[in-house]
Order: sequence, then structure tokens, then C-alpha cells
Amino acid sequence: MSYDATHAPSAHHDEHEHHQQETTIFGFWIYLMTDCIIFGTLFAVFATLCHHFAGGPTGKQLFDIKNVEIETAILLFSSITYGFASINAHKKNKGAVLGWLLLTFLLGISFVGLEINEFHELVARGAGPDKSAFLSSFFTLVGTHGLHVTIGLIWMLVLFFQIMGKQGLSTRMQTKLTCLSLFWHFLDIVWICVFSFVYLGSVV
Amino acid sequence: MKRLWRFFPALPALMLSGCTVDLLQPAGPIGEGNRDMMVLEWAVMMCVVLPVIIATLVFAWKYRASNAKAEYLRNWSHSNKIEVFIWGVPILIILVLSGFNYWSTHYYDPYKPISKEMQVKVGAPNAKPLHVEVISLDWKWLFIYPDLGIATINELDVPTKTPLDFRITSDSVMTSFFIPQLGSQIYSMAGMETQLHLMASRPGNFQGEAAQYTGPGFSDMRFRTIAMPQEQFDAWVQNVRSGGNPLVVKEALDAQTYQKYHVPPAAPHDAAPKPAPVVYFSSVQAGLFENVVAKYNVGMTHDHHGKDMDEKAMDMHSESHAAAPSNTGM
Amino acid sequence: MLGKLTLSAIPYDVPILVGTFIGVAVIGIAVLAAVTYFKKWGYLWREWLTTVDHKKLAIMYVVLGLVMLVRGFADALMMRTQLALAYAGNPGYLPPHHYDQVFSAHGTIMIFFMAMVMMQALFNFVVPLQIGARDVAFPLINSISFYMTLVSAILINISLFIGEFSNVGWLGYPPISELQFNPGVGVDYYIWSVQISGIGTLLTGMNFLTTIIKLRAPGMKWMHIPVFTWTAFFACIMILTTFPVLTVSMALLALDRYVGMHFFTNDGGGSVMLYLNLIWSWGHPEVYILILPAFGVFSEIAATFSGKPLFGYATMVIATGIITFLGSIVWVHHFFTMGSGADVNTFFGIMTMFIAVPTGVKIFNWLFTMYKGRVRFEGPMHWIVGFMITFSIGGMTGVMMAMPAADWVIHNSLFLVAHFHNVIIGGVFFGYVAGLSYWFPKAFGFKMRDVWGKWAFRFWFVGFYLSFIPLYAVGLEGMTRRMNHYDNPNWHPWLLVACVGVFVLAAGVACQVIQFVFAAFDAVNRKPDAHDLTGDSWGSGRTLEWSIPSPVPHYNFARLPVIRGLDTFHIEKELGRPAPVADLEPIHMPKYSAVGPVLGACGLVIGFALVWHIWWAVIVGLVVAFFTVIHRSANLDVDFYVTVEEIRADEEAFAKRLAAARAAE
Repeated sequence: MSYDATHAPSAHHDEHEHHQQETTIFGFWIYLMTDCIIFGTLFAVFATLCHHFAGGPTGKQLFDIKNVEIETAILLFSSITYGFASINAHKKNKGAVLGWLLLTFLLGISFVGLEINEFHELVARGAGPDKSAFLSSFFTLVGTHGLHVTIGLIWMLVLFFQIMGKQGLSTRMQTKLTCLSLFWHFLDIVWICVFSFVYLGSVV
Repeated sequence: MKRLWRFFPALPALMLSGCTVDLLQPAGPIGEGNRDMMVLEWAVMMCVVLPVIIATLVFAWKYRASNAKAEYLRNWSHSNKIEVFIWGVPILIILVLSGFNYWSTHYYDPYKPISKEMQVKVGAPNAKPLHVEVISLDWKWLFIYPDLGIATINELDVPTKTPLDFRITSDSVMTSFFIPQLGSQIYSMAGMETQLHLMASRPGNFQGEAAQYTGPGFSDMRFRTIAMPQEQFDAWVQNVRSGGNPLVVKEALDAQTYQKYHVPPAAPHDAAPKPAPVVYFSSVQAGLFENVVAKYNVGMTHDHHGKDMDEKAMDMHSESHAAAPSNTGM
Repeated sequence: MLGKLTLSAIPYDVPILVGTFIGVAVIGIAVLAAVTYFKKWGYLWREWLTTVDHKKLAIMYVVLGLVMLVRGFADALMMRTQLALAYAGNPGYLPPHHYDQVFSAHGTIMIFFMAMVMMQALFNFVVPLQIGARDVAFPLINSISFYMTLVSAILINISLFIGEFSNVGWLGYPPISELQFNPGVGVDYYIWSVQISGIGTLLTGMNFLTTIIKLRAPGMKWMHIPVFTWTAFFACIMILTTFPVLTVSMALLALDRYVGMHFFTNDGGGSVMLYLNLIWSWGHPEVYILILPAFGVFSEIAATFSGKPLFGYATMVIATGIITFLGSIVWVHHFFTMGSGADVNTFFGIMTMFIAVPTGVKIFNWLFTMYKGRVRFEGPMHWIVGFMITFSIGGMTGVMMAMPAADWVIHNSLFLVAHFHNVIIGGVFFGYVAGLSYWFPKAFGFKMRDVWGKWAFRFWFVGFYLSFIPLYAVGLEGMTRRMNHYDNPNWHPWLLVACVGVFVLAAGVACQVIQFVFAAFDAVNRKPDAHDLTGDSWGSGRTLEWSIPSPVPHYNFARLPVIRGLDTFHIEKELGRPAPVADLEPIHMPKYSAVGPVLGACGLVIGFALVWHIWWAVIVGLVVAFFTVIHRSANLDVDFYVTVEEIRADEEAFAKRLAAARAAE
């Protein structure tokens, strides 16, 4: 009746795979747009509640801009390193891809570490998310971004091992690398908005 | 379909059989405005809806497959004339209604004090407005008359032909303050003050309700609105102040007594909580309403008097917080 | 160990619930026993539960939608009988604690688990066939969407027997949905079932938008896309722009309730109005998401049964686009009574009124499609005539409510309830039911018995007016929605009529159930002449789905069709089908997968555990889901080729049937 794709006529299979790859990346774009709306909504919520201090501390009193600047630098730099991973993926340079991915991963994880540290300090100072609407919206917006970065890191780790394994830099893996690259750069853009509106906006 | 038409003629008969259709028989200029807008729109829309319904039935009958005599244009699917007509007519109608929409939304704006024009129309051009502060509680309404120093629960007594200025807040969940026969409703929300301006043009006993679900006691969260001529109202006020009325509670409504009424009645799982009885307070502590609003705002109130209308509406979003500069909700 | 869950969560002291539970349990055990007895578990698992075939998923969506329709309808019956009884001191038989859950469940179920489910059923079945595709863009994700919807529907039904459901209405307005006023698990059931089903819908939106953009048959230009697919396209755009907002709203409400944040609380600087804005900026587009595909169904049916092309195809597409745009910027009309400024209210009021323009245009389009046609009144056509009459009236009351000065008195009244039932029953429901009977023969190869469909229509049509005209009337008499009892003598006669009406509707539902039972019977032993031999079930189909055999082969199209314009199949029937240019080729298809059901099970565990604060189970669910996804991503054996021999055998059989059908004529 039917047979496995692995035994299929190869020219036919390649053409199909190419089409599938294009469709997958397009679908991923659409997903990113919905994520964009999620962040947009969270920004709107923050804009509405950012002065609802309810007698609690304000952003000006809380935020340590130095720390946030370091976080920003790390995340922006990780986008560049991911860019190098992408370039090498096109050149089918497996070793370099793995190296750059590892560097990106380390940068990403230090970003998340710094953010967790910041949250921890805020909570320790009595400025937790249950203190006021302002802090609720701050923690939710920044935390959602952090959660996305964390998921991106897990994804990166999985890709790392899959590229290391028998799949190598197959078309399928290339597609996945492209999707993750879109995701990673997207999170960068979101972070720039977080940095400007949430942190700078609160301090100024 | 035939069944339906048999049912339709009964409709007006049922409606006119001696009962009050609150929204169509309003007792004040705002309610009349609401009704006029509803009826006007209904009439204008009927000009298209009725022909469409008739055309649907006629076309369905005339072009039924078994009617071989009817013309059949098997590939016809476009006509510029018809296109212009089917876009043009709805646009025209909506443009007309939009004009009314703009005018009526501004003219009957709940935040706008009762206009001189309306006062002249009811024959009392110089009546001073009566201020009433409304607090929605679980599951009752508290009415404070700040200028008269009295308060009531679940009964709103007002003089006719006098503009009524309501300031509304909630000391529990959100609900909506609504007296159908007087007209427009406005939400009551904790930590916020909303406003409503109504007027009763004739005496009467109207139903008043919470128009937004508030929990198990919702269905009984009702009050009577009793509109009476000014002299009668003055007598009622005297009666409440002096404690001559059996419903009067002698103690002043202050922060302490307020707590007693603030507590919701028990709401068992298998029955509705008991409806709150009508209570009159012969005196009331000044600033109670402001304190209720302030309670949710770290002890601060917002006073909007003297602010521009639109700015006020935009500001509503930021009322729930204290010392912040204004910003809009969305 | 079990979080907040204790034995006292089971409402064994409420006879109605115990009765329902026994009923559900008996039916459930009977079904399970039957499957076991006939040894169908393997078949069920291999052919249905693990399927990624859009047509089979569509059928499963329909089954789910119908079950939930019966559940939601039972709630409606209870509400109407309660209000017929609970007059002048009589408390009725449903105390507020129970009644409030009933109306909340009715709204939530009818929107999320009946209407949205039926809509996704139609998307799944029709869209790939209409655009000449062999499946959707992401078949596995499609299966995951289904399971997210299924488990959230299961979750909401679990609330019936374990714990309680939300008692604050289908949108869960705070602050009454906050922990301070609502410490029970009801609102949590609401949050998580809506959240999980919302994710399913989002995935569906992405999937079908990608499908429509990327997988159209060669030569199908934008203005060759059939109208139903156009409406699906715009509905998907709205899903993608608004469902994320729902996700955020539910998440924020959950954060308030679970970690004590202050988004919508009375204190701590929360803002109730923020929630209203958020939920309605999803909620209003949502009703357009539902109605647009119904418009699409009517467009297909009107053309097919009038024996004419749809009047004003381009107009129809443009009008749909305009509705999509306007529908997204009118949400404030749900709270004109909030105290916004007159200018804000006017803007949103006028924008709302303008939606009547493209909608009116559509009505005229269907009208002129019938005009000078040969209209055959088979089952589906009944619903469209009923729709045009009912929806016009609903549109009229909608425009009435769009004027703030009128809305200030009918807001939250039963007038409003009558209005939205008028458009949702008269528009969405009529449309989906018509769509079901229209595409049924395509899915199964024979028609449902029309006589029961027609009776269902008659009962629904008459029952609708009997149930909801009285609600318009009591709305004008100042009755607000969600009341549990009353003592206003003016309202009582109307509510009695409405109660009679809802029993007429029940007769309609019964006719539909009978129709499906007969269909199941016919599926096993029907007369030979009931077969749909040609694939063109109604004899006048115009779009691609009618060009292939019924039931459709699992690969849909033996050869990808070449599109020659709008209504390609109709053109082919007129001008003759072109001889196949190329020989048959093997067709690349996805393999069935257990990932969908496994992720669904994880979703159910996570949802239930979140409701009851059983944290370890949440973690277990997440971990299993995570490793399922990883496992899938490492799995390379996910597709196969359909052999030319199989396709050729199918094609030859189809050619024989076509010849037989022609000879019979």
C-alpha cells in the first residue's frame, strides 16, 4: 500500500522538503507575531499600571540601571554570536556552529542569572509582585521575557545535541536553527523595548 | 414560518395589557431621551430590515426550483447598479444614525448636569440640584444625602422636577446603578467615583436595581425610587431627621455603624441570602463617601469638581491609585 | 499531596448533579463496554485518536461540539425553567450558588466548546479541500489543537462533579472573580479551561492562515479563493490578533488569584477597567471570528442551491475584510456605562454602527444570489432563509445598542441577552448547522435524512422567536440579566412564554440528535441509491471539494487540481474536465502520531492540578510534555508515500462510479 519516506525518490523528496521548510519558517513567523501581541498587551498593561504604586516603592527607588545595562549588553552580544552560528550553518561548518551556539548559550544563561538575581533582590527588599499593581505588571512583563529567554535556551541546548548527533546540519536542522534565530532576535527587540520603556522610563 | 406570523399580532396586545414597560414609559427627561433614541433607531432600521425580510420571502417563493416560469439567469453574478444600491443605502442610513449618535451621546451624557432646557421643560427652571452619594454594598444600596445630613438603605427618595446629581462608588464588587424609568445607568466601582445626572418629572414609585452581577444576593439587590413633590419630600426629610418614621435608626451613620452594614449577610449554598431591609439614618457623618473611596487609594481621594468633562473621563482609569499623574487605561 | 482537593469537593448533596453524574457514568460505561466488546480499541487508537488527517479531526470536532451543545443546552433549559418558577417569593429549584454556575457554564460552553469547536470542525474539513491541498500546513499541530480543545472541554465538565464551576459569568469580570470574593475553585476551572482551549485555537489560527497562504493549488490566485475559505482566512487573522490578548487576560487573572498580584483587585492599585478593556478587545472580535465562517457557509450554500454563482463575490470579500477591521476597534461598546467621555463613546458607537454596512451588503448579496435563480429548498437552504430573517432583526437590535444614549438603559438587560442570542443562534448556529448538513455527504458519502433536518429547522426557528422575543420585552421592562428570582408581575408572563420556547428548541435539538442517529444507522445499512457516486453530492457544487470522491480519500486529491478561475469545478462541468497532463505520482503524507493525545493528557493533568494546587502533578505534566516534544523532534520517521498503485485503484473505482451515475441519468 504505502512505503516509508526514507525510501522515496530523492529528487521528489528534496523538492517537497524545500517547500516544507519555507512553510515552516512562515508558520513560525506567524507564531512570532502572536507573541508580539502578547508582549504588546503586557506593555499596555504596564503603561496603564506603571504609576499605581499603592503606597509602595517606585521604579526610581528600585531599579539599578547599571545592572540592567549589563544585561542589555549581554543579550545584544548574544544576538551577534547567534548570527555567527547562522552564517556557519549556511557554510555547513558544524564545529563552528556548535562553538557559537555554546557561546550564545552561556551569554543567555548569564542574562537569565542576572535577572533572577535582580528579582531576588527586589523581593528581599520587600518589593515583590504582590506589593502593588506597578510591581505586578513589572514582574509579569520582565518575567515573561525572561521565561521566553529560558525556553530559547532549552531549545538551543536540544538543537546543540541534535546537531552534534547523527542529524548534523541537515535541512531539517537548518530550518530549526533559522526558527530559533528568529526567536532569539525577536527577544532582543522585545528586550530593547523593556529596557527603554520599563527601566529608563521609570527612572527618568 | 407561518407559525411565527400567527404569534406576532399577539405582541402589542401583550405589551399594552396594563403593565409598565419601564423603558418605553420613562418618568424623566433622560429616560425620555434614551427612549426616543431607541425608538428612532428602531424606526430607521425597520426601513431596511422590513424590506429585506419581505424580499427574502418573496425571492425564496418566486425563484423556487419548481417555478419553471420564473426567469433563470444561471451565470448572472454582478451588476454595478445593484452594487451601488446595496452599499449606498446602508451607508446613508448609518450616516444619518451617526449624526443622531453624536448628538445624543453628548446631549444625554450621564456626566453632564441636567440642562436648563430640560428643567424649563418640566416647569421648574430654577430648582437647585439635589446631591446624592451612592455606595453599592453586598447586597444593598446606601444613599447619602450630604446636604441634608441623612442617609437611607435600599430606598431612594427624591423630589420631582429637581436635578439629581449622583456620585457613585462601590465598597465591594463592581456593579451598575440603574433606575430604568429615570434613564441611564452607570457602573459603581471600588476606589473610584462615577457620576450620573437624572431627573424625575413626575411623582412615582420606580424600581431601582443593580444591573451588573454581584454574587449570590444579586437578585435582591434592589431599591425603590420614590419621587414626590418638593413639599412632600421636605416633610419626609424632616420626618427622617426627627426620627418620626418607624424605619429610622436613631444612631448616626458614622465609620463605626457603617461597618455593621458593610458586612455582607451570610450566603448559604442552598438559598439566596436574605434581602436587606429599608433603613433610614437620621444623621450621617460628613465625608463618609470620600472615606469609602479613599479606603482603596491609600487614604487619598480624588476630587474632580471643576475639571473639564473629557479630561475627567480619561482620568477615570487612573482614579484607583493615589498620587500619580494621570494616564489613560488603554 | 492532593492540594486543595478533598472528598468534600464532590457535591453529593446536590440531587441534580448526582443524577447527572449517574447518567453520564451509565452512558460512559456503556460506550466503553461497547468499544471493548467489539474489540475496537486498536481501531480507535490507530485510525482516529492518533490521526493527523484534517478530515478525521473535523469529524471528532463535530462529535465534541454536539456533545457540548447538548450540555450547554441543558443549562439553558435549567435557567429558563428556574425563571419561569422563581416568581413572587418562590425561590425556584436552583439556589443562586447553583444557578450562577449554570449561567456561567452555559456561556462559556456555548462559545468556547460549541461554537468555536464547530467552527474549527468546518475549517478542518473544508479549507484544505476548497484550496486543493492534501492536508494543512502542520498536520501534527492540528491534532494538538484538537486535543487542547478536547481536554479543556473535559476539564470544564469535571467541574460539574468535582468542586464547582465559576459563578461570575462567561467573561469572569473582576473584582468578583478575584480571590477576595471568590475563594473557591470555580473561577480557576474557568481560567484554565479557557486558557488551554485558547492555546488550541491559536494553534488552529496559525495553522490555517499558513495553509491558506502557502498551500493553495497551482494557479489559485487570491481572487479565486472560495468565499468560505476567505472567511476562514479573515477569522484566522482575528484569532491571531486577539487570542493572545485572551491568553494574557487569563494569565493576569490567574496571577492575581495564585500569587496575590494586583492587576484587577480593588486594592493594591489594581484596575477593573483594565480587565474590561482587555477581555473585550478579545471578546468582541471573537463574535466576528464566529460569525464570519457562518457567513462563508451561507455564501457557499446560497450559490449551490440557487444554481447560480454568488452575487458580488468581490464585494463579499471586501465586506469581510472591512468587518475584520471594524470588528477589532469597537470593543468599548460593551461598557458605554463605565463613565467614559462623550467623545470616546461616540467614536466607538459610530464605528459599531458602521459594521452594519458591510454586514447589510452581505445580506443583500445572498438576496441577489437567490434572485433569478432556481432555488432548491433542501435542508441547508432552509437555515439560510431562517438566518436572513432572524439575523436582520438581530442586526437591527445591534444597531440600537450601538447608540450609547440607548445602550445606557438596555446595557446588561435581557434585551442585550436577546440581542446576542438573536445573532449567535440566528447567525452562527444556523450557519454551522447548515454547514454540517451541507458537507456531511462529502465526509461520509451519503446525505443525512433531510426530513429530520427540516423539522429541526422548524423547531429552532419558531422556538427561537418564542424564547427570545419575550426577553426583548422584559428587557424593555427593565429586567437585568443573571437574575435568579424576581417579583415583578409584568415579567412573569413573558418568562413563561420564553420557557415554552426553550422546550420548542429542545424539540429541535432532539430532531438533530435523531438525524444523527439515523445517519449512524444509514452509515451501516443504507439503500444503494443513497450513495453519493459522483462526489458532487448536491449536483450543483461549484468548488473543488465536490470534484473528488465522497468520502474523500485520505490524500484528498489524486492529482493537484489546476485552477482555472473562481469556481473551478463549475467551470470544469461546463467546459469539460481537462485530460490529466501528467501521470500519477506518489503522494507524500504525514504519519499518524500519538504526540497529540499524549500532550492532551498532559494538558488535562496540568489543568486539573493547577485548579486544585497539586503542584507535583503540574510538574509531572510539564516534564512529560517536554520529553514528548523532544522525542518528537528527534523522530525522523514521520512521513510516508502513498503508492501510485493505491491512487490508481481509487481513481479507477471513482471513474466506474461516475460512469454508473451517468448511465443512471
